[in-house]
Amino acid sequence: MLTATFRRGLAAAMTALAATLAPAATLANDWQLNMPIGVTDISADVYRLHMTILWICIVIGVIVFSAMIYSIFRHRKSLGVEPAKFSHSTKVEVVWTIVPVFILIGMAIPATETLVRMEDTSGSDLTIKVTGYQWLWEYEYLDEDVRFFSRLHRDSDRARQLGSGIDPFSVENYLLEVDNRMVVPVDAKVRLLLTAGDVIHAWWVPDFAVKKDAIPGFINEVWFQANETGVFRGQCAELCGRDHGFMPIVVEVKSQEDYQAWLAAQRGELGDRPVASTNR
Amino acid sequence: MSNTVTQAPAHDDHHEAPKGLVRWLTTTNHKDIGTMYLLFALLMFFVGGAMALIIRLELFQPGLQYVQPEFFNQMTTMHALIMIFGAVMPAFVGLANWMIPLQIGAPDMALPRMNNFSFWILPFAFTLLLSTLFMPGGGPASGWTLYPPLVQQTGDALPFVILAIHLMGISSIMGAINVVVTIMNMRAPGMTLLKMPLFTWTWLITAYLLIAVMPVLAGAVTMLLTDQFFGTTFFHAAGGGDPVMYQHIFWFFGHPEVYIMILPAFGIISEIIPTFARKPLFGYDAMVYATASIAFLSFIVWAHHMFTVGMPLAGQLFFMFATMLIAVPTGVKVFNWTATMWRGAMTFETPMLFAIAFLFLFTIGGFSGLMLSIVPADYQYHDSYFVVAHFHYVLVPGAVFAIMAGVYYWLPKWTGHMYDETLGKIHFWLSVIGVNVTFFPQHFLGLAGMPRRIPDYATQFANFNMMSSIGAFIFGLSQLMFVYIIFKAIRGGAKATAEVWDSPKGLEWTVPSPAPHHTFDEAPQVK
Repeated sequence: MLTATFRRGLAAAMTALAATLAPAATLANDWQLNMPIGVTDISADVYRLHMTILWICIVIGVIVFSAMIYSIFRHRKSLGVEPAKFSHSTKVEVVWTIVPVFILIGMAIPATETLVRMEDTSGSDLTIKVTGYQWLWEYEYLDEDVRFFSRLHRDSDRARQLGSGIDPFSVENYLLEVDNRMVVPVDAKVRLLLTAGDVIHAWWVPDFAVKKDAIPGFINEVWFQANETGVFRGQCAELCGRDHGFMPIVVEVKSQEDYQAWLAAQRGELGDRPVASTNR
Repeated sequence: MSNTVTQAPAHDDHHEAPKGLVRWLTTTNHKDIGTMYLLFALLMFFVGGAMALIIRLELFQPGLQYVQPEFFNQMTTMHALIMIFGAVMPAFVGLANWMIPLQIGAPDMALPRMNNFSFWILPFAFTLLLSTLFMPGGGPASGWTLYPPLVQQTGDALPFVILAIHLMGISSIMGAINVVVTIMNMRAPGMTLLKMPLFTWTWLITAYLLIAVMPVLAGAVTMLLTDQFFGTTFFHAAGGGDPVMYQHIFWFFGHPEVYIMILPAFGIISEIIPTFARKPLFGYDAMVYATASIAFLSFIVWAHHMFTVGMPLAGQLFFMFATMLIAVPTGVKVFNWTATMWRGAMTFETPMLFAIAFLFLFTIGGFSGLMLSIVPADYQYHDSYFVVAHFHYVLVPGAVFAIMAGVYYWLPKWTGHMYDETLGKIHFWLSVIGVNVTFFPQHFLGLAGMPRRIPDYATQFANFNMMSSIGAFIFGLSQLMFVYIIFKAIRGGAKATAEVWDSPKGLEWTVPSPAPHHTFDEAPQVK
């Protein structure tokens, strides 16, 4: 079994290599290194902030590490150097105290600006109340009479049992698929009201750059506006007990018409079991 | 003037030291107690390390192969509690016990019997904590932060865990009081505060942090206890409480706690780099002030651990700016260490290797810390493996490497024997490779969307997890070498001189190696 996994790792490495060499957009995400740019304006801003601060760190790192490495190779006793005697220099000390302050201010400004926009939940097109339970999510479309639970898909649930003998690689979207997906329209400002029924959970979808705690007895607000249709996956991000790792979030962004059709279908089924949003 | 303080105690040669177990149970000697703290920390390092290996074994590939999720959660929780309170903190207290009296020219710690007591609480505290694993419902599984309401679902273990935390807290507070009193009252004549070695300085500041925040933790866990058993509702929304209030209180303790685990490491590195660069520490005063600034800032940044709980915008901005500010004094420290190496005449014995690795890898942890301070980006990083990578970079190649550097640096002083340099270097290289293979890929996992504290993961995370697990086993197993090297040096080896290294600075190098049972019966004069 281990060797099979190794072989799969090797195969994945080859694929990743091939993907980097090929001008393909379908990069194998088995070796994904970085934060997704996502599908909202905010997530793109967050990605830019992340890359900016990362590059600042890399530049400072290269400077500082180069000085250290140069020193390690040149200022060693085995080269017969005499140690210098200096023990301080007010001038450089002031410089390396002040310069970082300006870099930080430069970083704080765009971060603040993005944060202010993230916190502005006004003017939303629809509101969904999201409740976390051990270990599933409930989505309630306010004013739409639509309400359903969303839990780990049966295939993943079977495979994830200890000693199930089912290879996770054989399950499509292992641990990242649910029975009933949350569905939202594209280009609409969706406001989520997050709460929980038992312990604290956190609703996280990386492609929307949304992560917020769902706290029992309290309501948190958060919003996103997806710019493209598609299926976006995330997971509970706050330890919530035994099956914390097994309560995924799947959001399907549909066109306005498809969304309305979906809503109508949901309403028709209300009172009965809600239908799955997928065709499975 | 010195006559009044330098009278040799008359009882020096007639103490009948008990032998065997009774000696260790009753000792009030700072060196004995320091040794016990260090050995205890080493033992706990392996207990906590074994738990880490269970975690990494389960995460070697997707699917559940070895443990049930509830046991996995107990392992993550206990691994953190044991490593923080059982390994890193006692190791620093052990180093403080051994080295602070030697560095300031004091004959012993100021409160020796309390010193004995503060150590001997620990074995009981950790027996209690570990015993919870065998209780109905198992050990605590809510993460070391013990967030309610989840922690209220712990089985029979909860009151025992809380009692264990109280015991550890009492032990830490007593240890910290001892450090403060010793440093404030027992410095050799002529040793002004700004002449103290940096290890002593950082410990003085750490001790104040401990005294300030351990009672806060005690308060938080006591509220958990009364919520669970006495009907209070501090953290129950249904009774008018707020689970987030616990997080605020916890992290008011928790963030200074982070610096409790790194400031003494800064001190150790500030001792080692000048010795092996053969050059005085660059910017001594700035180092002291930077340490003090970091300690101050540590009290006003706590909520950066909980940006996703839904704080008001102004609150988030405040904690973001305050957190970013920490980069300034931390940067000063890194720059000063680099400037200390600059134009020195370096040699690369094992302590120096660990110190240099600290310098590089702690800086990487600092960079990811700066990234985490940016609130919008933190929403993506929070509770993902990026955070796991971040704090392990500051704690393992940060705090733990500094402890190892300190042990190699002072081991000849303690045992009178040089350790095996070749084995030390092999231990270093295996550790440094193991640590990076373990923790660097975790940055990628977190950015790609893997949450922390999960026993199983989606298949796209398989490759880096496998890499990380391999690294963890390399790191974990290579620590067996550390034990072997230490015991080999205790049992024998090349005789160490009093100075051990090439003209190091500090009073500890003026006493013979091994340091006799009683040192500085006559206070030395510091010019």
